Amino acid sequence: MNKTKTQSFSLFFQLGGLLLSLLFVSGILLIVKAHPTEAYKLIWDGAIGNPTRIANVFVGWVPLLLVTSGLLATFTAGLWNIGIEGQITVGAIFTTGVMRMFLGTSTPFFVVIIIAILAGMLGGAIWAGLVGVLKTFGGVNEIFGGLGLNFIATALNIGLIFGAWSRPGIASMSGTEPFPDQYWLPTLQNFRVSLWSIGLGIIGLFLIYFMLNGTHFGLRLKAVGKGMKSAFRMGIPTWQHMMMAFIICGLFAGLAGALQVTAVYHRLIPSISSGYGFMGLMIAMLINYQAIWVAPIALFFAALNIGGIQLPIVLKLDSSLTGVLQGSLVLFMMIAQGLRQKFLGKK
Amino acid sequence: MNVEFKNINKHFGPVHANADINLFIKSGSIFGILGENGAGKSTLMKILSGFNQPDSGEILLDNKSVKIASPADAIKYGIGMLHQDPLDFPPMKLIENFIVGQKGGLVPAYKTVVKEFQELQKKFGFSLDPESFVDTLTVGERQQLEILRLLWMGANALILDEPTTGISAMQKEKLFAALKILSEQGKTIIFVSHKLEDVEILCSKVAILRKGVLTGEMSAPFDSDKLVEMMFGKVIKLGEKYNFTQEEVVLELNNLTIEQYPLRIENVNFQLRAGEVIGLAGMEGSGQDILLRACVGLIRPVSGKVIEKGINLSNKNYLEYLKSGVSFLPASRLEEGLVPGLTLAEHFTIAGEEKKGLFVNKDYFKKKAESMIQEYRIIGRPDLNVESLSGGNQQRAALSLLRNSLSVILLEHPTRGLDIESAIYMWGKLKERCRQGASIFFISGDLEEILQYSDRILVFFSGHVSPPLDASKTTLDQLGQLIGGKGWDQVFD
Repeated sequence: MNKTKTQSFSLFFQLGGLLLSLLFVSGILLIVKAHPTEAYKLIWDGAIGNPTRIANVFVGWVPLLLVTSGLLATFTAGLWNIGIEGQITVGAIFTTGVMRMFLGTSTPFFVVIIIAILAGMLGGAIWAGLVGVLKTFGGVNEIFGGLGLNFIATALNIGLIFGAWSRPGIASMSGTEPFPDQYWLPTLQNFRVSLWSIGLGIIGLFLIYFMLNGTHFGLRLKAVGKGMKSAFRMGIPTWQHMMMAFIICGLFAGLAGALQVTAVYHRLIPSISSGYGFMGLMIAMLINYQAIWVAPIALFFAALNIGGIQLPIVLKLDSSLTGVLQGSLVLFMMIAQGLRQKFLGKK
Repeated sequence: MNVEFKNINKHFGPVHANADINLFIKSGSIFGILGENGAGKSTLMKILSGFNQPDSGEILLDNKSVKIASPADAIKYGIGMLHQDPLDFPPMKLIENFIVGQKGGLVPAYKTVVKEFQELQKKFGFSLDPESFVDTLTVGERQQLEILRLLWMGANALILDEPTTGISAMQKEKLFAALKILSEQGKTIIFVSHKLEDVEILCSKVAILRKGVLTGEMSAPFDSDKLVEMMFGKVIKLGEKYNFTQEEVVLELNNLTIEQYPLRIENVNFQLRAGEVIGLAGMEGSGQDILLRACVGLIRPVSGKVIEKGINLSNKNYLEYLKSGVSFLPASRLEEGLVPGLTLAEHFTIAGEEKKGLFVNKDYFKKKAESMIQEYRIIGRPDLNVESLSGGNQQRAALSLLRNSLSVILLEHPTRGLDIESAIYMWGKLKERCRQGASIFFISGDLEEILQYSDRILVFFSGHVSPPLDASKTTLDQLGQLIGGKGWDQVFD
């Protein structure tokens, strides 16, 4: 089979996967007696219906970009960093902690913001490093270690919000006391989106892309992921590389958490990670770990998220329906990839 | 069961792996398929066993045309294939492996199967423990397990792909005896090999393939020279022996004691000189692999020292050995040698010592891969993933990846899976390194290879290491006796 034919065939399978997931979700919508086309139109309008909504899509895009980029590092090294949610959370906690330390001091605002963001990255890296330490020295599979640390991070977060950092007089699910607006990462006027965040997200993606596709380190990471024993035999210190992958991913997750605090919520809230970590895992699987697809697919997922907000308002449906759509999309796309490999031989 | 191939054609991209093959294999015979690496033997057998589909042509079993769509299909027709690398489940018990392919029944009839297993293996004189775990078995034992399993599942024709690589001489004898029993029972045995010697003692008839074409058939007794000619198109002789040993000691083992269950090797004292080649002979699992791994930090010695160029490396890890110029090429190519999923060019990038900046100079390593492909006669391209190369070419690639600056090279079965011509070529390359001062320690199951290329030989027998033997004064017969544990008193008193 010639190359163009193979490519169009692949496209056929990908579109087939997309179609099947839409059919699947339509089926669910019909079961709950909602009109599928109406629901899809709502999601579409909800995502791009007006400039505010479009801006909100980009607000959700940034953490997805960062988290997915980070996850590419761990996936390349053959690691399942399920602990990414906890890493985002701890990043947010560190950032909030540093901000609180500097509130009311004479340190310039932008310096505080920068230090706070760096602290967030450090926090994420520490939390990810812990997963690596548990794996390397404790023999704990990274999936279990990560899952455990996710719970601890959540508990820590809630503990701080309702305890040490609770708002004076009241402790509530709405989070800690918001920072004065000088300490906010500047956003576009009248919108929630910050160009700074978007810039950081894009830079992050570029860094990961070049690291994985152009550097010796990236190639060694790939070797460790594809064949650890052989990689070691060829002179690559394997556990050190896995540790580095965790730390890099943690830096990205921590940055995502830090930006949620400094640019979006301006305080620590209980669900600060907002499930972006798990969504990043889904995106990474959906794009088959190809850095080049991170930006568009993350944008698509962010759009689904924002668009989905309209579902409960208008149709009285739960907004988690977009989650079902995202999940089934990943599932059917992976089925399509599997089928494609079966019919076309190897990729 | 009579097996017949009719006009079988198979292409892989531009390669015509099987060109119009016509072959008739009579029921109850041991039929050899002979050919060098990449001659198309494995392809033909994979077609028969349902792994691959032919582009055209048909297969007849007892004169009935059949379409074999999958390995499961093949076993339904009574065709079982024993692969070069055993396809078993190492972390499972032997008996579980045995049962796993069984059809029907929710709960396996465990006790009955154990009994059947014992009876079956008794017929062939195998002594496998059904309760042991597969990863504790040697390659030869795993092979025995696989043969029993295929027979138990009802195989009437057995295909064996290079079954004698990686097994000891004793296991080979057992295997051959078992195959003879099977052929007497009327089973058809197809024996794929590139080893003349094996084919000559075992087979009643052989077919020779060269570059995808059937070049001829011959019945026993065989004319070796003619077989070689049909395989290679010319007669091959082993080259001259060269000895590049210098005075300088590069690696010293000092009262070394190593232990890896169930073996314990005690008090090894040895000095490896620059340019020297040492062959480690012995049946598989006699301790040579343990010693080799201890020489490169993959096994920590219990006591004693490993000294490399005057530096005590005894408790250092593998990476530090590598830094000081000792390298190790293990037998399992795709598990420990090469990284599946990475291209040849990427392998050279990782293994190379040059151009180690932050960014990969892709053009440079593509060119390097191209020149190494030429130099080592690898059939492949820089952008091909290593797992898509044939076994022999993977071996060539693994050898070509060894750094230039190495002072000690440890090799496990360096020419396993290579045909004679390629093996000679590879040894030419290795000896060239010796001439430049590198020393080689190598394990081989092929005694002729050990005698031909070693300067000195260490013989292993169940954890005992002999004093070094001068290779030029040792005969094949003598060496064969020694690895079997005979004649140690006469030689080393």
